[in-house]
Amino acid sequence: MHHVIIGAGPAGVIAAETLRKYDKKSAITLIGDEPEPPYSRMAIPYLLMQNIEEQGTYLRKGNDHYRRLAIDLCHDRVIGLDTAQKQVHLQNDKTLNYDKLLIATGSHPVTPPIPGITLPGVNHCWTLADARQIAAKIKPGSKVVLMGAGFIGCIILEALVKRGAELTVVEQGDRMVPRMMNEKAGNLIKRWCIDKGIRVLTSTRVEAVESGQASRLSIKLAGQTTLAADLLVSATGVQPNIAFLKNTDIKTEQGILIDRHMQTSVADIYAAGDVAQGLDFSSGENTVQAIQPTAAEHAQIAAKNMLGLPGARFQGAVNMNVLDTLGLISSSFGLWMGADSGDQAERYDPENFKYLNLQFADDVLVGATTIGFTQHVGVLRGLIQNKMHLRDWKPRLQQDPSRVMDAWLATHQVLA
Amino acid sequence: MQKSLHLDAYKCTGCLQCEMACSYEKEGAFNPAKSRIKVFTFHDLGRFSPYTCTQCAEAWCLHACPVEAITTNVATGAKEVNETLCVGCKVCTISCPFGTINYNTETHKVDKCDLCGGDPACAKACPTEAIVYIDAEQTGYDKMQKYAQLNLTQGE
Amino acid sequence: MAWTEKVLRVNLTARTTFVEPLNMEWANQYLGQRGLGSKYLSEEIDPKVEPLSPENKLIMITGPLTGTMAATGGRYSIVTKSPLTSAIACSNSGGFIGAEIKNAGWDMIIFEGKADSPVYLYIENDDVKILPADDLWGNSVWKTDEMLHQKHQDPLLRVACIGRSAEQQCLYASVINDLHRAAGRSGVGTVMASKNLKAVAVRGTKGVGNIKDFPRFLNATNQAKQVLAGDSITHEGLPTYGTQVLMNVINEIGAMPTRNMRDVQFDGAERISGEAMHQIRASDNKANLTTNAACFGCTIACGRISTIDKGHFSIQNKPEYWHASGGLEYEAAWALGSDLGIDDLDALTYANFICNEDGFDPISFGSTLAAAMEMYEQGLISKAQTGGIELNFGNAEALVKMVELTAKGEGFGKELGLGSKRLCEKYGNPDLSMTVKGQEFPAYDPRGIQGMGLTYATSNRGACHLRGYTVSSEVLGVPEKTDPLTTEGKPELAKAFQDATAAIDSSGLCVFTTFAWTLDDIAPQLDAACQGDWTAEKLLEVGERIWNLERQFNLDAGLTGKDDNLPKRLLKEAAKTGPAKGKVNELGKMLPEYYQLRGWTADGVPKQETLQRLGLV
Ligand SMILES: Cc1cc2nc3c(=O)[nH]c(=O)nc-3n(C[C@H](O)[C@H](O)[C@H](O)COP(=O)(O)OP(=O)(O)OC[C@H]3O[C@@H](n4cnc5c(N)ncnc54)[C@H](O)[C@@H]3O)c2cc1C
Ligand code: SF4
Ligand code: SF4
Repeated sequence: MHHVIIGAGPAGVIAAETLRKYDKKSAITLIGDEPEPPYSRMAIPYLLMQNIEEQGTYLRKGNDHYRRLAIDLCHDRVIGLDTAQKQVHLQNDKTLNYDKLLIATGSHPVTPPIPGITLPGVNHCWTLADARQIAAKIKPGSKVVLMGAGFIGCIILEALVKRGAELTVVEQGDRMVPRMMNEKAGNLIKRWCIDKGIRVLTSTRVEAVESGQASRLSIKLAGQTTLAADLLVSATGVQPNIAFLKNTDIKTEQGILIDRHMQTSVADIYAAGDVAQGLDFSSGENTVQAIQPTAAEHAQIAAKNMLGLPGARFQGAVNMNVLDTLGLISSSFGLWMGADSGDQAERYDPENFKYLNLQFADDVLVGATTIGFTQHVGVLRGLIQNKMHLRDWKPRLQQDPSRVMDAWLATHQVLA
Repeated sequence: MQKSLHLDAYKCTGCLQCEMACSYEKEGAFNPAKSRIKVFTFHDLGRFSPYTCTQCAEAWCLHACPVEAITTNVATGAKEVNETLCVGCKVCTISCPFGTINYNTETHKVDKCDLCGGDPACAKACPTEAIVYIDAEQTGYDKMQKYAQLNLTQGE
Repeated sequence: MAWTEKVLRVNLTARTTFVEPLNMEWANQYLGQRGLGSKYLSEEIDPKVEPLSPENKLIMITGPLTGTMAATGGRYSIVTKSPLTSAIACSNSGGFIGAEIKNAGWDMIIFEGKADSPVYLYIENDDVKILPADDLWGNSVWKTDEMLHQKHQDPLLRVACIGRSAEQQCLYASVINDLHRAAGRSGVGTVMASKNLKAVAVRGTKGVGNIKDFPRFLNATNQAKQVLAGDSITHEGLPTYGTQVLMNVINEIGAMPTRNMRDVQFDGAERISGEAMHQIRASDNKANLTTNAACFGCTIACGRISTIDKGHFSIQNKPEYWHASGGLEYEAAWALGSDLGIDDLDALTYANFICNEDGFDPISFGSTLAAAMEMYEQGLISKAQTGGIELNFGNAEALVKMVELTAKGEGFGKELGLGSKRLCEKYGNPDLSMTVKGQEFPAYDPRGIQGMGLTYATSNRGACHLRGYTVSSEVLGVPEKTDPLTTEGKPELAKAFQDATAAIDSSGLCVFTTFAWTLDDIAPQLDAACQGDWTAEKLLEVGERIWNLERQFNLDAGLTGKDDNLPKRLLKEAAKTGPAKGKVNELGKMLPEYYQLRGWTADGVPKQETLQRLGLV
């Protein structure tokens, strides 16, 4: 038996380890095209903040981790796939046969169609290579424009500031993190950033990037405004890496469509992580979530199914994010925007930068947003994913949403 | 035989000795706010519920961590946070469906129960045996852990 | 060490706050809580000050062991000048807010002046804010607690606040913390209301780490916990029955004040006892007692959590009371029960709920109602005055009605809020007021327990069982048994109890530990935590110093030795039944000796040499 995994990010690595955990004999090949040992993109902000060295971003710390688990870690790039022959084609002309294949190629940042977007002063912040470039380009006092205040934009915002950038954020939505939080919450984060000395321009967009005179770039926004900048960091969204599947019969939409066993439309081929368009717990639809916990969950379930282990049926992943924006901690879960004909509980305390919003469908929690809370937030996921009927705890939560932990304990018979 | 913490809401009087013992063990001060075990009070039921990490077999926090900062102590089964590796991304805190791994805004790392290496301070401090450290199979906590696991991953 | 060494001073008039270092010289002489708070109060206000004027101050103060792992280390005190007695007041409470104040980094909070509109104090560690409380004013304690939790979105916020009774100037209003823990006596809540201060809401996350010798401290506290765990009262009696363990015991020895102290035994005692709280009610198949509960750090857990039968007349149509809440302690069960001749356990529990919900002292309330009932039966109070209610002894409906009216300061409840002394004066029979220095008696009849007559008479805050609990020795035999019916040795006993208690009341620990602990158990805990050397002898000296300081305050406030007295009834009307049958309290035999032992003049004034010895001049 030969398991082949394409993509050595979190999804690929966790899948490989899970395979090995349950199957001590089969061969496992893990193919990654980045030069570094498997690492975690999520750790990049902390590298930029100089909290950690590059090694700190590595997914696994032991030097011989993969060798010890007999996982053949192969630095190469897959350029094509023959699903009939069960073969993958590598860039170096090699071909690999597989019995089971997992596609975990992740996603890449989109490059918006803006004139000048390929100028040398423009960077993504997605890979370690990107991070090195950004680190080299930002000096204390550098003028930096961050295009996009979505999830990834906000995640790297603090790192840019900590490196001494004089930061301007440009977001075409009317608030920060518009696809992760509602107006109240997004604007609360915006005001927090402004209070911390960051220029935040919402409801506007970058129309063109030109080489500037004193500074490297001159960035034209909708309307008259022009910003001078040394660096433009582009964070306007990501797209799954599916180009190499073009000539296969693997069904894709936004990403690779997978079923509840993480299998693609082709037998023996599975997908996991950012590249996969899997079941969203809340909406019941297949979506690309592009978050770390989902990648980890996909990977474990995919591996179990590749081995034919029983009971590994995917229930759908709850979309969730946690953000630390210059010390203001926020999170969102599931249907944070609310369910059809559901109702909500809300506490809004803008003075103290606190916000709590719970969304219900009947008496089940289906979504949540928090700002300014660090204790027991995970239980929101538990309540959502366990579809617990809150019964008399729903009105209580509507009175005081901060008592979610009590609601969990009370509904889980810990008290019985 | 691995042991686990058995928590009994019926025996708990809400005195918070466990929280003080835990915070002293971990922080060197009596500070319930920093305790890894928490007692939740249900005034109108007259019930106190001590609660902490269940040390899941397939730990959500551990799998979500991007930098392998959470590992399993093979002796105790505890999921332990390595503070030097933890980058403070908080993904574990939203991943744990029990809400029992929490971000510490002072250390910029996360705090969770690690069973004190196999001799939990909370159990020693509890005056009513509402917290005992016993064979995992007897705890029923184990059952709860499985129950939660089942509902969370494979439920329809 | 053990102190945070930080004082928060809040000027409500100017709405400003200041941080000051704690006076460590005083801390070393007075420890904390009652002692240190009294010292600050004595130094800062004129003892003649009008208690409800802005010139009075209100001090919330912790002890050095508050917030530590010492068993029961969660206490705090409120010190002020009492509107009920015009003497110094110190009310001690458990629950959780004391430890929270300490965890937020404060030893004490001094409130001065008066806000021109309602405010509350919000503390989150060093972040201290005086915030408007117009929306909270007019609400009960329970509602206020709920509103503050909702507003601050923090389930762990600890709240101490006043209810409507205090706002309506009930003279024995309490400050309630954590829903049903009370700084109960002497009207400390009334003073808080007079300052327009509705609540103090605290969140502390700093921890208490300033311990002199941690390993030794843990060792000492562990040993002391073993002592509590090995004692039948602290390990069995109190957790099982709470202080209600006493009801049947005290009744049997004929020291159960009944019907405004006309009698010394109550035939319904058993039905309102701790044992009765465990009995399954036929009506709903549940017991009155839901569980026992602990205060912060307490390994005894004497607290009662009770649930009233939903079908009981008091709450039949009031689902808002169909939940568990703070149940009857012995003193409350006595005051609301036997002193009123009422044996309906759920009615007493309801009255107790209301005392918590709107913050007033069930002892003073019950006692005042008892006096009113006696005057009603004598025809001094009429139905017209009570709003048509028959105020007879034994009438549970009357209790329920009156407690509700007193909670809101409405109708005859407003009169009851005056306390028994003023009520009896107003209605023409001052002798029916069972008070000392204007404060109502608790649940031990001094005819059946002679020593208690002396401690009541000499207590610095008016009649009080917690200022020297000689019951311990005279009834329970702790530390050794004395005969409750004789006066011999009682002056010495009273003094010893008073001094020891004053020290314990200043430490951060609960006085109930002394059913098992002596100062020899307490001193090592303090010594390991606090700078300086703390021995049992030093604690006794600290206690004596505190006692004399309080005495000085009261003398300066205008009280005299003549106020060390008991109501005529206890000195003239003999007990009618039980072991004490035929006895009155023989205070006159004990008082001179007591003064002498205290180093006071025959008029009850501390002699110069006494003050000098204690460093009080
Ligand atoms: C700066 C930053 C911060 C983030 N912060 C968070 C966060 O806080 N929380 C969160 O949940 N998520 C966060 N994410 C997203 C998270 O990193 C991804 O969801 C996660 O990395 C997905 O894992 P994956 O294994 O599916 O994909 P990837 O990590 O992208 O790994 C896929 C790997 O496959 C390789 N590959 C692609 N195509 C091929 C091919 N043809 N042949 C060989 N190899 C190939 C890629 O180069 C890559 O190495 C962040 C991302 C970034 C960039
Ligand atoms: S912190 Fe949560 S997810 Fe992690 S082991 Fe404990 S209970 Fe499981
Ligand atoms: S906060 Fe630390 S332990 Fe938690 S997931 Fe992030 S790096 Fe891992």
